[in-house]
Amino acid sequence: MSVLVVAEHDNKNLKSSTLNTISAAEKLSEDIHLLILGNKIEDLAKSSKLIQLVKKVIICDHEKLENQIPELSSPIISNLAENYSHILAPSSTFGKNLLPRVSAQLDVTQISDIIGIESQDTFIRPIYAGNAISYVQTNQKINLMTIRPTSFEKCEEAGGDAAVENIPFIDSEVKTTFVSREVSKSDRPELGNARVVVSGGRGLENSDNFKLLYDLADKLNAAVGASRAAVDSGYIGNEYQVGQTGKMVAPELYIAVGISGAIQHLAGMKESKVIVAINKDLEAPIFNIADYGLSSDLFQAIPEIIKELDLLNQIES
Amino acid sequence: MKVLVAVKRVVDYKVQIRVKSDNSGVETQNVKMSVNPPDENAIEEAVKLKEQGLANEIISVSIGDDKSQDVLRTSMAMGIDRSILVKSQNTLEPLAVAKTLKIIIDKEKPDLVLMGKQAIDDDSNQTGQILSALLNWPQGCFISNLKIENNKVFISREIDEGIENLETSLPAVLTCDLRLNTPRFASLPNIMKAKKKPLETIDIDTLGIDTSSKIKTLKVIEPPKRKAGIMVNDVKELVQKLKYEAKVI
Repeated sequence: MSVLVVAEHDNKNLKSSTLNTISAAEKLSEDIHLLILGNKIEDLAKSSKLIQLVKKVIICDHEKLENQIPELSSPIISNLAENYSHILAPSSTFGKNLLPRVSAQLDVTQISDIIGIESQDTFIRPIYAGNAISYVQTNQKINLMTIRPTSFEKCEEAGGDAAVENIPFIDSEVKTTFVSREVSKSDRPELGNARVVVSGGRGLENSDNFKLLYDLADKLNAAVGASRAAVDSGYIGNEYQVGQTGKMVAPELYIAVGISGAIQHLAGMKESKVIVAINKDLEAPIFNIADYGLSSDLFQAIPEIIKELDLLNQIES
Repeated sequence: MKVLVAVKRVVDYKVQIRVKSDNSGVETQNVKMSVNPPDENAIEEAVKLKEQGLANEIISVSIGDDKSQDVLRTSMAMGIDRSILVKSQNTLEPLAVAKTLKIIIDKEKPDLVLMGKQAIDDDSNQTGQILSALLNWPQGCFISNLKIENNKVFISREIDEGIENLETSLPAVLTCDLRLNTPRFASLPNIMKAKKKPLETIDIDTLGIDTSSKIKTLKVIEPPKRKAGIMVNDVKELVQKLKYEAKVI
């Protein structure tokens, strides 16, 4: 049977989490349909139909869908459900906000944050902040699943020519209105998706000192992350938080600076390929999972690393 | 305004959990249990609404065995007026939890429902959203700010891109982020007072809903362990290792 992937996007481009979710869908079916709910999404439909793995792009284009209010989008998804064996969405704040409503409307239990697909009905998901891994099986009329993007490769964005189908907007009475979105603009790579992540913790001591991390991140073309302690202390915005209740990251290189390594933080980054920890406290638990530990004052170490990286670049050029 | 807070009893967030040796689940016997952390934020917010004169009655609900009384007592020690325990021996999935809460809500008729955005045991992050859909009330998830004025509700939601601000109305279901507030500690006198506050018990079997599991857990295993790394002596060595050994820069 066919599998439906609900696209996460900003009405102009797909988020990379959508590409990861399509890869997960490939493990379930060859007939993958991509559902895009948004406003003025003709161009987005044109670029999305090129994704090789996608057989059909389903578009619902309406001004009321501009801001992804789940009360409006979930009935449209539920209405399509009978055609599918599985409906997938990324387990980002977008998917988490939306898919459980579909679960209520279809009266099936959703499976959250899947990191592995064993078969059509057996899935792997982390529980207890990733301190245990659960294998679950379900036998429902339809499987609703949110997919952890970092656990699946991004699919190719080209090479295909999917059919495009427009479906009518179904209006629902909604009492919620969108006011504004406060989004920080940055030229650095997206945190969930960067090859290198440089994260800071309470050891940075204040928001001004995070500039040190930005300098290091720019040298490495890295995204910047933070521990919950740093976000709670107001050093940096919530969108940078890595951990159980923040973002999950799995970059090739994760550099934890002044982060002690609470279980909840480790949950968000321990799948990284190489982990570096810089902390002056030798007892910090982050050292237990780091490939390379440096017990040093970060205010000395970071400028030194930047200097060493400059030296390396000079030798190479 | 009447506020209902949903509270879950979970393994304390500081406990290093252990997977059972038969791989049937995670050990919860003889382990310190507490209020699910973001549910504490929901309790705190309800108590603040009462202190501000916006709420006149605040109640908490939990679903679980007799031991779940302790998290309800904690909520009452923090300032909740009275509690309801829906007694269930089985662990419920989010859909069944939401259906159970809906029945309590139909009876209690609160104007606002608050709960944590996710439980730190199963990490599902679903119940508030499902409940909102079942009740056909507005949903506000992962909120880090709440303002209520003349029946209008202004919320800030933590989303992956930053913050989203929404306006909605009562009744509503809101799920709380840890940054919504700082939960208070219950003082000893308040803990004593909480023991005398009303705690009603309802057997889940009397509610007439399907609470059976739709998801079967085949096994629970430990995550793969990372092998121990090395300590480097200085920055120079670190950069050399990253360049020539790990080859990641």
